[in-house]
Amino acid sequence: MRIHVDLDLCQGHGTCAEEAPEVFAVDEKESKVIVRLEQPPEALRAKVRSAVRFCPTGALSVTED
Amino acid sequence: MTTVDAAVGVGTDAVVHPGGRPPPRVSGGLPVLGHLLELRRQPIELLSRAHAECGEVAELRLARLPLVMLYGEEAQEAFFRAPEEQLDQAAAYPFMKPIFGEGVVFDAPPERRKEALRNQSLRDKQMRGHAEVIAHETERMVEGLGKEGEIDLLDFFAELTIYTSSACLIGKPFREELTPEFASVYHELERGTDAIAYVNPHLPIPSFRKRDRARRRLVELVTAIMEARKRTGQEKGDLLDILMRVRQEDGRPRFSADEITGMFISMMFAGHHTTSGTAAWTLIELLRHPEYRASVVNELDQLYADGSEVSYHALREIPLLENAIKETLRLHPPLIVLMRKVLYDFHYKSWTVAAGKLVGTSPAVSNRLPECFRDPERFDPGRYGEGREEDRLHPFGWIPFGAGRHRCVGAAFAMIQLKAIFSVLLERFEFNLAQPPATYRNDHSKMVVQLAQPCRVRYACRRTKALA
Repeated sequence: MRIHVDLDLCQGHGTCAEEAPEVFAVDEKESKVIVRLEQPPEALRAKVRSAVRFCPTGALSVTED
Repeated sequence: MTTVDAAVGVGTDAVVHPGGRPPPRVSGGLPVLGHLLELRRQPIELLSRAHAECGEVAELRLARLPLVMLYGEEAQEAFFRAPEEQLDQAAAYPFMKPIFGEGVVFDAPPERRKEALRNQSLRDKQMRGHAEVIAHETERMVEGLGKEGEIDLLDFFAELTIYTSSACLIGKPFREELTPEFASVYHELERGTDAIAYVNPHLPIPSFRKRDRARRRLVELVTAIMEARKRTGQEKGDLLDILMRVRQEDGRPRFSADEITGMFISMMFAGHHTTSGTAAWTLIELLRHPEYRASVVNELDQLYADGSEVSYHALREIPLLENAIKETLRLHPPLIVLMRKVLYDFHYKSWTVAAGKLVGTSPAVSNRLPECFRDPERFDPGRYGEGREEDRLHPFGWIPFGAGRHRCVGAAFAMIQLKAIFSVLLERFEFNLAQPPATYRNDHSKMVVQLAQPCRVRYACRRTKALA
C-alpha cells in the first residue's frame, strides 16, 4: 500500500493523525499533513483506510500493491 | 509541440490558449447596472440562464464589474485549484467589509488570512467538546417549548446557531453573556448584504443604514460585556479574555471593542447563516419526505436506545441522517455563488479571463448538473450510499462547501453540529409542516440567502427526558 496526498486539498484538520498517529502527523505551522510512513505495514493498513475515508477534504488516497 | 518549441520555453500555456478568447456574454443586462438587478431578484434563474446560453464560460456584469462564471466539473476544478495570488477572495465581496469592519479578515493581507484558517477551534481534537456544547445548547433551546406548538424555522435556528457558534468558537463564558437580542441584531447585519454594494457599499439606502446601526449595536453589546469583566476583574479564560489582555508596547490595549466585535462577527459569519439555513432546510426536506424521515428517526432511536451520548454519535457515522443533510446541501446550498477577483490573467481552455474581472462558480447550478447527479431535481439521499457516492465521485461537482484549497474549513464542524442538533430534535419531538410543502422558499434579495418567512412547523413532544 502506498499513500498519496493532494496538498492543494489538505487543510491540516488532523483527522488522519487521530485515526492513525503512527502514520500521519500535522505540520502545525503549515497546516498540512506529514506522512511518516508512505508505505505503511500491514498492521496499520486498516487505520490508514479509515484516515482516507474520514479525511474531511478528501486529500488522501491509497494505491494497493 | 516540437523540440524547438520546448527548447525556447514555449510552455503548454501558449498551446492551450493562443491569443485567449474573451468569454461569451450573457444576454440582457442594463446599461449601467448590468445584471445586478436580476441577481438581486432571481439569482438562480440568472446563473442557470448564463449556463444554458453560453455553456462552460459565461460573462455577466455586476454594475461595471464583469463576472465570468465557470460551469461544469472541469472548469470548476480550474477555479478551485487556482492559487490565492491569482484569484483573491476578499476583493470579490465588497458587501462584507462594512460588516466585518476595519482591519478584520477581508481587510487584512493574504498571509494574515492564512493564519485565520489555522484557527485551532476547528481542529479534529476539539470536535468532541463542540458536540457536547451543541447538544447542550439545543436542549436549552427546546426546554421552553412545552408539549406542543409551532416554531418559526428561521428564528429558531438563527438563535440556536448564535449560541452554538459563540460557545464553540469564542468560548462558553462569552456565550453566557449573550441575550436573544444579540441573535436578532446579528441577523439584521446579515440582511445588510445587498448586492447593490457592487455599485457602492455605502449608498444611503435603508438596508445599509440598518446594517450600520446593527453593527454599532453589536459593538455596544460587546463593550458592555468587556466593561463588566473589567469591573469584576474575573478571568473567564475565553477568547474575549485573551484579546482583552493583549497590550501594545506602550501598555495600552491592542484591540478596541470595535475591532474585537469585528473579529467575532467574522469568526461567526461563515458558520452562522449557513448552518442555520441548512438545519431548517434539512427539517423541511425530511418533512416533505415522510418515509425517509421515518427511516432517519428509526436510525436515531436505535443509536440512542442504550442511553449513549449525542457527543459520541455526532462524531461518528449516522448514515441516513448524514445523507439527508448532504442532499439538502446539494439542493439548497447556503451560498449560491462563489467569487474571486482575478489578480493576473486566468486561462481556461481557450478562454482568458483578464485581470481585474471577477470569476465565479455557482453551487446552486453545479449541484444540479445531470452529468454529475442522476435525476438531479429529485431529493434522493440514496445517491450518497454505497455503490453510488455521487459526492465523492464528483469532488468538483458536488460543491456546497466549495472545493480544493479553499474548501470550507468548517465543513466537518458543520456536519457534526447538524448531526448533534438533529439527534436532539428528532429524538425529543415529532415535527409536522404547518404550511403547504411548496410554500417554504428562500429569500434571495440579499447575498446572504435566508429562509423567507413565514416558515413554520408544528412540534409535539415524543419524550421529555433529555438525552445524555
